[in-house]
Amino acid sequence: MMREYKVYRIENGTVIDHIPHWNSLKVLDLLGLRQCHDLVTLGIGLDSKDMGRKDLVKVENRELSEEEMDKLALVAPQATINLIRNSERTSKHKVRVPDHIRGLVRCPNSGCITRHEYVPTRFDTISRDPLELRCYYCNVQFRSDELELL
Amino acid sequence: MLKNRSLVSIRDLTRAEIEQVLDTAQKLENHRGRHLEHRQVALLFYEASTRTRNSFLTAVHQLGGTEAGFSSGEGSSVAKGESLHDTIKMFSAYCDAIVLRHPRDGAARWAADISDVPIINAGDGKNQHPTQTLLDLYAIRSTQGRIENLSIGIMGDLKYGRTVHSLVDALSLYPGVQLHCISPESLALPQSYGPHQIHHRLEDVIPQVDILYCTRIQRERLPDEAEYEKVRGIYRLSASHLHNARTHMRILHPLPRVDEIHPDVDATPHAYYFQQAAGGVAVRKALLYLLIAQGEA
Repeated sequence: MMREYKVYRIENGTVIDHIPHWNSLKVLDLLGLRQCHDLVTLGIGLDSKDMGRKDLVKVENRELSEEEMDKLALVAPQATINLIRNSERTSKHKVRVPDHIRGLVRCPNSGCITRHEYVPTRFDTISRDPLELRCYYCNVQFRSDELELL
Repeated sequence: MLKNRSLVSIRDLTRAEIEQVLDTAQKLENHRGRHLEHRQVALLFYEASTRTRNSFLTAVHQLGGTEAGFSSGEGSSVAKGESLHDTIKMFSAYCDAIVLRHPRDGAARWAADISDVPIINAGDGKNQHPTQTLLDLYAIRSTQGRIENLSIGIMGDLKYGRTVHSLVDALSLYPGVQLHCISPESLALPQSYGPHQIHHRLEDVIPQVDILYCTRIQRERLPDEAEYEKVRGIYRLSASHLHNARTHMRILHPLPRVDEIHPDVDATPHAYYFQQAAGGVAVRKALLYLLIAQGEA
């Protein structure tokens, strides 16, 4: 039985929907929302037809940059971003893990040069579902469960 | 055209470019010339190396060039803690090409991104060793007359062995190559390297292959001593294993060997690892010529 849920409507800001269950906490950290002084609303374990359970984050007076959306795609690959202006949804789009990722992620290979010298990390996206990345430098391929954000 | 390009991974080369290197190596095998006269090649070896370093050194000298650099980082700024970045920046200002061996995976790609002169990867951690692969391919072609449609066994440490990873990548460019991998489960070839048959017994593979590529279990790359003890000496090829080998089958090894090939194999017609290593000078001459001097008088 699907239940209706109600969270505060926001006038201006962003609604991030279809976050995997429990990953909303990662989204808070990723977007630095724990330091945010505006209203942040969190929904954890909401019913979802497609995902079973999902999380949702609403944040007032904040629009996401492209880099933030790329980062978001790494922890919530199916997320939808709704932009709200004057209480109206002005745009809705799905995040997409970019083909190439610069920075953002730490290479999980402890022998990689990026872990020993100042080298900005670079990755190629090998697969989106399941998410699989390959380090441009050491060629090590890894899945989302090994992924560590910078 | 390979001129002024870096060679970091065997994947940087097309099949046609690989063939160009092998053909040039064949032409330069007994050749001494002045193609690198007034040219300096930096040999930056952060890790110990006998064959790779000396074959590059010989190749530079046989083409009339001079060398700079260091071996194992001793007596250089590296010992004082200089970063790879700064060392590469400096040597790329002094030299016409840099041959780099480094213990960290991906070091050569990083070096190629910041260097103004070609970088030749002479081994980066457990990642890639493309010049070894070129000389492996040179040995395969010299002994079998072709590379495509061969049945090739690869034995030993297939998980951490960079020579194995580079060779498997290169062989994927040749149609009809059947790959037989022989290793303990803990040292199996990562699945990302494409289709291959998996074996645990060496005896099952010997009659089926044209080339048997043996590798050392690398103590220095295993996570700890306990892991090494579990797998050390697991495969020991001796002359008695070879009674049902194909007549033209040849045994290759990137060397150094420890105990994976018994010395009694050396006297059999199947042993080819010393000739394989000797081919390293011709292949490295070919590379230096193509990357630095090609097209010049």
